[in-house]
Amino acid sequence: MGEVIKVGMADLKLCMSPNAVTTLGLGSCVGVAIRDPQTKVGGLAHVMLPDSTAVKNNGNIAKFADTGVDELIRQMEAAGASKKRMVAKIAGGAQMFAMQSKTELVRVGEKNVNAVKARLAMHGIKIIAEDTGANYGRTVVFYPETGDYEIKAVGKPVKKI
Amino acid sequence: MANLDLNNMEGIYYDVLREIGNIGAGNAATSLAQMLQTKVDISVPKIELLDFSEVGEAMGGEEKIMAGIYLGIEGDISGSIMFLLEEKAAHVLVAKLMGMTDVVDSHEFSEIEVSALGEIGNIMTGAYLNSLSTLTNMKIIPTVPDLCIDMAGALLSVPAIEFGTMGDKMLMIETSFTDEQTINGYFVLVPDLPSYEKLLSSLGL
Repeated sequence: MGEVIKVGMADLKLCMSPNAVTTLGLGSCVGVAIRDPQTKVGGLAHVMLPDSTAVKNNGNIAKFADTGVDELIRQMEAAGASKKRMVAKIAGGAQMFAMQSKTELVRVGEKNVNAVKARLAMHGIKIIAEDTGANYGRTVVFYPETGDYEIKAVGKPVKKI
Repeated sequence: MANLDLNNMEGIYYDVLREIGNIGAGNAATSLAQMLQTKVDISVPKIELLDFSEVGEAMGGEEKIMAGIYLGIEGDISGSIMFLLEEKAAHVLVAKLMGMTDVVDSHEFSEIEVSALGEIGNIMTGAYLNSLSTLTNMKIIPTVPDLCIDMAGALLSVPAIEFGTMGDKMLMIETSFTDEQTINGYFVLVPDLPSYEKLLSSLGL
């Protein structure tokens, strides 16, 4: 077992086997895990918002579904991964509060999930598993060695997708 | 009022926001003391403009279980406010409010506890917003609050996403009150960007 690399909110990290990469307490954000099964190069992005072009202050590219996914792929390719072989697993995108009253923020979790899916599809990367939506927070750990994506939630057994 | 940039907020704007936080949190703690009919010592609130990556840490870790009460703000300004309590503090407050002698020690909150917590959140955020309204002479109307008990990181993702449309930092106010034991509560106030400017200009800035 290697070390576990931590990804913060609106952040992304590259991760090579045997290391693992984690992000804690995903709420409406989405944890996008991508892996090249052959080189075992992987990475995890913790994206907060669906669209970088909708926000003026968009300097932090890891924050958005579109630019975050692009950047993670770019870094993985630079580390020797091939986009053709890449596969993705995604988790998060919950709606934490029943009525998040502000109209633009309604279903932001769902919008994040959809934006991530659209961006991955644009790159031709298949999503092989997902655990998204619902109303609870998730901690995720991704293992590029096996491709396992572990999901922990309060009061629920650990799930592996 | 010049362009307000949350990423580069310094000097007087920050001081003003601090002061708003101070007064709001002080008022909220006073309301809490009245509700519990006890004397509560209030520490000077700690107000920080944090990077998203630091927010979870500041509350004791992203996975720490907390109770979050979240509501929208309408009227002259718009946005939202969240009040967070550590799980244990939530149990302690609920027990006091309901006159129970034993504090529940579990991850579970019963229906009546959840309802009491919602009421605590209501009073705390209401007192906070009232002082903000008095200070700025603006009409500030809270929407119906909603409660969620989960990991701090997951709860905070909601206001963080709102801050995220404006910059890469969020304003957090930590307030501690001590009665028999110290209880830490946190306020996260998120006016949207035009509202920030309204708030500051109402104070003559």
